[in-house]
Amino acid sequence: MTENNNRNGEVWVFAEQEEGVLADVPRELLGKGRELADRLGVKLAAVLMGDGVESLASGLFEAGADVVHLADDPALKTFRGVAYRKAFVKMVRECRPQIAIFGATHMGRDLAPAVASELRCGLTADCTDLQIGDWTDQKRKDASGNGTVVKDVLLQIRPAFGGNIIATIVNPYNWPQMATVREGVMKKLDPRPGAKGEIVRHDAGLGGEDLPVEVVEIVRRHSSVNLKGARIIVAGGAGVGSQENFKLLHELADALGGAVGGSRAAVDLGYCEHERQIGQTGVTVRPALFISCGISGAVQHLAGMQDSAKIVAINTDRDAPIFKVAHYGIVGDLNIVVPKLIKAVKKGW
Amino acid sequence: MNKKGYNCVVCIKQVPDTKRIGPDAMKEDGTVNRAALPAVFNPEDMNALEAALSVKERYGGKVTAIAMGLPAACAILREALMRGADEAYLVTDRKAAGSDTLATSYILSQAVRRFEPDLVFCGRQAIDGDTAQTGPQIAEKLGFPAITYLEKLDLEDGVAVAVRDIGTGVETDRVKLPALFTVTDRYGELRPPDVRRVMEYKKAKAPAEGGEGSGIGQLSCDDIGCEAERCGFAGSPTNVSKVASVVLAGGEYREIPATDEGIKAFVEGLVADHTIG
Repeated sequence: MTENNNRNGEVWVFAEQEEGVLADVPRELLGKGRELADRLGVKLAAVLMGDGVESLASGLFEAGADVVHLADDPALKTFRGVAYRKAFVKMVRECRPQIAIFGATHMGRDLAPAVASELRCGLTADCTDLQIGDWTDQKRKDASGNGTVVKDVLLQIRPAFGGNIIATIVNPYNWPQMATVREGVMKKLDPRPGAKGEIVRHDAGLGGEDLPVEVVEIVRRHSSVNLKGARIIVAGGAGVGSQENFKLLHELADALGGAVGGSRAAVDLGYCEHERQIGQTGVTVRPALFISCGISGAVQHLAGMQDSAKIVAINTDRDAPIFKVAHYGIVGDLNIVVPKLIKAVKKGW
Repeated sequence: MNKKGYNCVVCIKQVPDTKRIGPDAMKEDGTVNRAALPAVFNPEDMNALEAALSVKERYGGKVTAIAMGLPAACAILREALMRGADEAYLVTDRKAAGSDTLATSYILSQAVRRFEPDLVFCGRQAIDGDTAQTGPQIAEKLGFPAITYLEKLDLEDGVAVAVRDIGTGVETDRVKLPALFTVTDRYGELRPPDVRRVMEYKKAKAPAEGGEGSGIGQLSCDDIGCEAERCGFAGSPTNVSKVASVVLAGGEYREIPATDEGIKAFVEGLVADHTIG
């Protein structure tokens, strides 16, 4: 592969927005991006695309961006893959960032692969951590047989193989180094009220042929489920046994002022809705208190909750893997334990 | 649309069954013991095949299944034939070894292109990598729009009306064909194999499997006009730098007795340290 690296290039974060409202994930990515950009001594930029969205720039500066690259065009009003890809690629070619990161949302996982494909650069999906570090290319040996060290590359860290391994991926030569990052994994910075930065306006350069898809209708799910924002989560797995028993978890969550989540098994068994799924293919959460009920603790699930501040596991099986990440364990039948918890919580106030 | 209906191509992948990881799935050095994992038809590629088969059923046309991989991947191509695919092709070549998603999507796009499809279907993602990148990248290389996260599809005179999940809701799109669709497990389940077709295709083989080889076509990178430097390791910008097996973070652990008193004291402790309340 030919080398195409711009060591002075900015760190870019895709500022996903819908209907003029910024998603949470760009702020999270700007938190991590700030760290990466400071380490590299370059600017941190947010890439904002849409129609009439310039007012969102201030929120991006407050979240850590030095620069906002703005492509404001009626054709970018609603996300459409081809138009967004072309506008993004055009900006990359003009500005040559060294890193571009996207939220691993539906939009990010549609846009980022297409951008990487057109630019012919690498892309690592669903990273759970990003770091800057050196990488030794063992395929390029010097005269004394040592590999070539590539300095300050983006180490893209992600679970693979259904969460059973953690892989570190690098893309040393064909920059920008691109990654998508799971929602809820990176920490936002404390907002910097009134922070200012530079807005760079770009012509999206789109024509009619760039809009092969007509969006006829969007029906938003006005979800009452807000797992990511919950301080307390009560989650259930296959061990809950029935949809009826799952109501107990709702009762406990209500008493605690928390939200209810589920493992993939609970979702597949129809005990709870898809949007409540916690784990590698669901939501990643890190609440102050996570109460796990009847979840054995498959690695895919643990990947989505093990950073919770306090984990309480309730399971009949003392050997269940969930106890390995738990801070507190209650070995017992959740149908007996959870009512006791509800009682204690209600009295406790 | 032409009079013969719609020409559909489905890309399918054989994957290790990561949902059935046993204790012998990882080697001591932290790498994956592929031999210990059964190889299966990637689940969402089955939904993709169903989407193609239902297009053929409702509007007429043809379904071609393509898998890239080792000769063992013919197992899922036979499966696709038994379920109703008209033709099956294995893309297999040493030059493809070590391909990341960019190189894979390039090779597959070259294979897909020669069938001049109206609709291309891929599963949203494969359970071994969970990247969801190959579908949108094939689309980009073909110059087709990608409709990701497909849940429902109807066709009206060469225009697809597609319902897709956008995470924050559901979107309905109209898109002129040709187009590529990535299909999720919310699309209908793959139909069961047809008994007559099982008999007909159980011995279908690609030449790479040895013997006569009939019923499954075989394509090399040269056959589909791939540039060597865009295939395999040479065409893959990403490198795996390090692999570690997952070590569960064991921290401080305390067992709470499952009694009224034990649980009451525990909850009082959570209130006292302001975790709750």
